[in-house]
Amino acid sequence: MKKLLEKYSAKLVSAGLAEAGNPLLGGLDADLEWNREDPAIPVLEKVFSGLSINSLLFSLPAEPYRSIIDFLASGEVSCIRPEDSETRTFMHDLPVVRDFTSDTIIEKLRKRKSVIIKGKGIVTWGTVSPEQAFIFYSSVCFACFVKFFSDYLRDSRRGEVSPEQDRVLKKALKHIDKYPDKPPELMSGPFKSREDVYRAVAQAGRQTVKHRLVDSFFGNVSLRWGETLFITQTTSSLDELEGCIDPCPMDGSACTSITASSEFSAHMGILRLTGMDAILHGHPKFSVIMSMNCRQENCAARGSCHIRCPEKRFIGDVPIVPGEVGTGPYGLCNTLPPSMKNNRGVIVWGHGLFTVSEGDFNSAFRNLLSIEKMCQKECLKLLERT
Amino acid sequence: MTGRWGRILLIDLSSGQYRFERLDPDICRFWIGGKGLAGYYLFPEMTRSWNAPEMPLVFMTGPLTGTLAPASGRICVMSKSPLTGAIGDCSVGGSFGWHMRKAGIDGIVISGKSQRLCGIEISDGSVSVEDAGSLSGAGTDELYGRLKEKGAVACTGPAAEHGVLFSSIMVDGTFAAGRGGLGLVSASKNLKYITVRGTGTVPVHDKEKLRIASEDIRRLVAATPALTGEHGLQNCGTAACYDLISCRRMMPTANFRRTFFGPASAMNSHAFSNAYKPERYGCKACHILCKRIGEDGIHLPEFETMAHFSALIENDDIKAVAAANTICNDAGMDTISAGATLACFSEIRGERLTPDRITGLLLDIAFGQGEGKKLGQGSYLFAESEGCPELSMSVKGMELPGYDPRGAYGMSLGYVTSTRGACHLRAYPISHEILRKPVATDRFSFAGKARIVKIAEDMNAVIDSLTACKFFFFGCSLEEYASAYSAVTGTETSAQDLLAAGERIYFRDRMMNAKCGFTSEDDDLPPRFFSEAGSSGDGIEIPPINRQEFLEARYRYYRVRGLDQEGCPLRSKVLELGLEGLL
Repeated sequence: MKKLLEKYSAKLVSAGLAEAGNPLLGGLDADLEWNREDPAIPVLEKVFSGLSINSLLFSLPAEPYRSIIDFLASGEVSCIRPEDSETRTFMHDLPVVRDFTSDTIIEKLRKRKSVIIKGKGIVTWGTVSPEQAFIFYSSVCFACFVKFFSDYLRDSRRGEVSPEQDRVLKKALKHIDKYPDKPPELMSGPFKSREDVYRAVAQAGRQTVKHRLVDSFFGNVSLRWGETLFITQTTSSLDELEGCIDPCPMDGSACTSITASSEFSAHMGILRLTGMDAILHGHPKFSVIMSMNCRQENCAARGSCHIRCPEKRFIGDVPIVPGEVGTGPYGLCNTLPPSMKNNRGVIVWGHGLFTVSEGDFNSAFRNLLSIEKMCQKECLKLLERT
Repeated sequence: MTGRWGRILLIDLSSGQYRFERLDPDICRFWIGGKGLAGYYLFPEMTRSWNAPEMPLVFMTGPLTGTLAPASGRICVMSKSPLTGAIGDCSVGGSFGWHMRKAGIDGIVISGKSQRLCGIEISDGSVSVEDAGSLSGAGTDELYGRLKEKGAVACTGPAAEHGVLFSSIMVDGTFAAGRGGLGLVSASKNLKYITVRGTGTVPVHDKEKLRIASEDIRRLVAATPALTGEHGLQNCGTAACYDLISCRRMMPTANFRRTFFGPASAMNSHAFSNAYKPERYGCKACHILCKRIGEDGIHLPEFETMAHFSALIENDDIKAVAAANTICNDAGMDTISAGATLACFSEIRGERLTPDRITGLLLDIAFGQGEGKKLGQGSYLFAESEGCPELSMSVKGMELPGYDPRGAYGMSLGYVTSTRGACHLRAYPISHEILRKPVATDRFSFAGKARIVKIAEDMNAVIDSLTACKFFFFGCSLEEYASAYSAVTGTETSAQDLLAAGERIYFRDRMMNAKCGFTSEDDDLPPRFFSEAGSSGDGIEIPPINRQEFLEARYRYYRVRGLDQEGCPLRSKVLELGLEGLL
């Protein structure tokens, strides 16, 4: 357990979600262990006693998340309601409390996966592994970042930006990711062996994480090789893909995709329609923010843009489509593949960016990076105007 | 509680009399419904013999049954297990629970013993006990055909009438309350069938809140590949697990002597689809519809049945797998115990079973003929009678299902801590060890597994009380179902409140088993798993389980669960859980 606690503490730091030495993680089997000593432990021990869980994470977010979350949680706010797809689907909403006491934390965590303690940090839990707590913490940071910028763009259109909002924006902009001019060189296709395919998928995943083109470590990657689709497994961490890639026959003659990414059907649909071989899917922040930035304030679909946006919207040459995670009636497996045809990438509203390429991941990665850079630039341009 | 009637139908088959009891709302809140409330009726009688007339056979719905809440149409069937002598409960789908609640009945508690073979017929407010003498020996398929006009049907087949210890109760002809021999309890009461038709409306406290909770659940289900993915349960049924378990090299083969079955790739979901061109069907209130019926009307086997009638008995004929499944369902026998008992027989006798021999032996078991008479007592009593009980791959006398414990250490712990014997569904560690939900854990490690198993048991106990489908929890959590529960009942609750109820319910199972003499000696795996390796390959090592590590994990589980070193409930834990009334 101790090893897992230390692993996820280090991952929080490497993902830029917390500063070194800050994450406090506890894991409970028959006995309780912590990754380090901290004065907060007595309070969190009581939280363990009050909940049926096996792990807890408490940390102050690193900048810019810290300032953004402080701003969103300020005043009398008791709950933050982001509108991005991941939060809608998995987190629902983000409770906020003022006091770092076991009772207030327990009260909120009885119903939700996270609680923000004003000015002090975020507490999340897991029932199976500290990895769950890590994922929930990361989702809170990502959702708040996207909400802050989306709200700012909306408020600026309405001329309602507050001085405090402005102050936080300036601070946040100092900490946003700076993308490289050139993409990295990835393994070149065509690949000669299954081992090469596994290595190419793992390499593409690692580079996507390294370039911060995902929400911490999560997204999905696939490559068609012959009549088999090699796709990352659900909940796999893109920087640790070794052993987490499922080979799935294109003809459906084996059910190995049962553990594949939630977007397996979308990947299959894209490959069948486009004839391409490689797919990268990340959650780059500014692509998500810009997908949610719509001027149609009085649109009848407001509030359900993620599933039924009626507009044909683009950022530059890149289309934006509605669609929920997975295969439901509003699933992006229905909306995404047709849009991918003849486009270098597609952004799914409030969710993330998909790119494709032939043979290997080089072109897909180049497009993933350049589209996110384009969205970041567009966003900054809009912010400058205000 | 707006959404519950708390109305229980009590039937005494000795007198043929019945009455309705209205439960105190506090009892409904404390025990939730389903498994929780069924145990409320079983607990006082648990030390009796399973065939004592006083022993109740309980059919209990959950607070969500009959509402819009997704996958909530199940019921819990409970009594004392003839196979194990421990608590015996099954969550079963179909339309029985849905009709019960529409008929204004939350639960049915049957006690006594009819002088003649009988059936119980319920139609909204009316209840009657009918003579069923003419149905003696009838198969469940025939019975369902004859009775389905009367509503939902729960019935037993010839296996129960011939004393098979793993007889099942079949609902609507194809949904099985399979494990533990509950069909035999029914037969001991001379009860052949129950029909129920309900046409009323189930009250819901806050319909809008229920709609929102249901949408949240559906959204999460849609985001879960194991459920709605191209090869998830929606598209391939539970057969989807067959390839996965095979390629993880944990497919029980040749009575668990090996963990890899060469012909598996030709026996999978795809092969069955090609052979039978199936369509989907499923339980009331479920949109996944994980069951399959072939174009010729043959119900296709679930994963466990596929695994045990192929790899476990080294049979590579899929027609024989389907035929074995049909015989078991029609005769009313648990396919897992039946397959594992044949595998045990095959190993002890050194006989490779041909397709004809497989179906012949199953029919012999169902009708109490020839060697079938001994095999109908289950693998443990059979192996013991042959002088080699260690060759029964069972825990507490119940046979292991289709996941070799050497391939998933949490599963090995879950098998032994399960209160009804070797059951994969009590803790379902396969969810995280194999299916990666909610996240993946190391399947070859016991680290952290004691608490994970305990929490999962609590969660599944409350799922069986709600009464929802466990498969939905690959994607959802109690967070969403707590909202649905609050919406239906008007009682505000949270995921953690429900987990606390689950802990009470599961701990009470341990209390019942302890009253019947179960101890740590019964929480153990057959010795094979600690001394023999599985079938390593494809870069995956399947060594024997380290016994010391296993025992340490079991001890940690006892500590986390509030049990002493012998696995018996600690008084302090009983008091902490508010169960002092049961002491």
